[in-house]
Amino acid sequence: MAMSPALPTARTPARWQDFVQLLKPRVMSLVVFTALTGLICAGAKINPFLGAVAILCVTVGAGASASLNMWYDADIDAKMRRTRGRPVPAGRVQGADALALGIVLSLFSVMLMGMALNWLAAGLLAFTIVFYAVVYTMWLKRWTAQNIVIGGLAGALPPVIGWAAATGAAPLNAWLLCAIIFMWTPPHFWALSLYTSEDYEKAGVPMLPVVKGAAVTRRHILVYSLLFVPICLAPAATGLGGVAYLSVAALGGLVFLVLAWRVSVSRAGDRPDERQDDGLYDVKAGAKDARNLFAFSILYLTLLFATLLAEHLIGLPALKALI
Amino acid sequence: MSDPSNEGEAFVRARRGRNIAIAVGLVIFVVLVFFVTIARLGANAVAPF
Repeated sequence: MAMSPALPTARTPARWQDFVQLLKPRVMSLVVFTALTGLICAGAKINPFLGAVAILCVTVGAGASASLNMWYDADIDAKMRRTRGRPVPAGRVQGADALALGIVLSLFSVMLMGMALNWLAAGLLAFTIVFYAVVYTMWLKRWTAQNIVIGGLAGALPPVIGWAAATGAAPLNAWLLCAIIFMWTPPHFWALSLYTSEDYEKAGVPMLPVVKGAAVTRRHILVYSLLFVPICLAPAATGLGGVAYLSVAALGGLVFLVLAWRVSVSRAGDRPDERQDDGLYDVKAGAKDARNLFAFSILYLTLLFATLLAEHLIGLPALKALI
Repeated sequence: MSDPSNEGEAFVRARRGRNIAIAVGLVIFVVLVFFVTIARLGANAVAPF
């Protein structure tokens, strides 16, 4: 496991807002949403205050792993346009401070989860933080093109943690929610990397388009999408999702597959032909298809979890009850 | 430890902001632990075993 190169030192005084930025608030909001879905879908009677504490713990845990990620990846972040403005590479926060914040918040979130809810949820939360900060950030990200496939597990676990916090158990349905996010991650990030691969290449991150090329990535997107959509339908079969969920999963899944197919036959991520200098070669043409899939993947996942949440909150009938 | 060369108005303002944020965080932590204890005690009192 290679150590991150010398960390930049802070050049301007750090404001508290810079520390908030270390926690990646936008990612935190997604984690809140998926963990809440797991907690509600579990269907257990839980003290609302303790339920809120569970969501807070998952959120803070996600922020902690983001801070650890920003500490370790400062050298990579400094080379990429999308990330060079982050507090550590921009010199607003010292790397050591990001590390300290990550460790303190990790301990806080795991211990509070254990004491307030249960130790299964706390153990899953600790596993998620270590998996993201150590296995993904320090190892997979710099080593293999499968980085986001395996590393995606960290982002997929919050619904299981929410479920475990509510019930003290992690049954099949909780892992189905995990599987949906896990299988969603590769096509989502590969679609993004098809039009940002230059950034990753500059930073030396072995994303699939950088290592294997755009054509292989486009094929991978289609194959993973074909595996992903059936998994999205599975909750309807186990009774976790109802009629509304099945409709959203099926219709959205169809659109997802069409968009993935369009990416697979596009030129997204292809390099311009350097022999042509007349501007006729439109390298951006295929990027639109990749952008469409990237944007729709966010909408689709949001709709799936929102529908599940709505069904369990409102009490819509499960599919089995209608058959 | 602060670097005297950085001691400007912006530095002092940033440090005050960080100190207030830490204070608020600590107060929230104490309140949280208090109410978690009450909630857990309440649950155990209703169903002790």
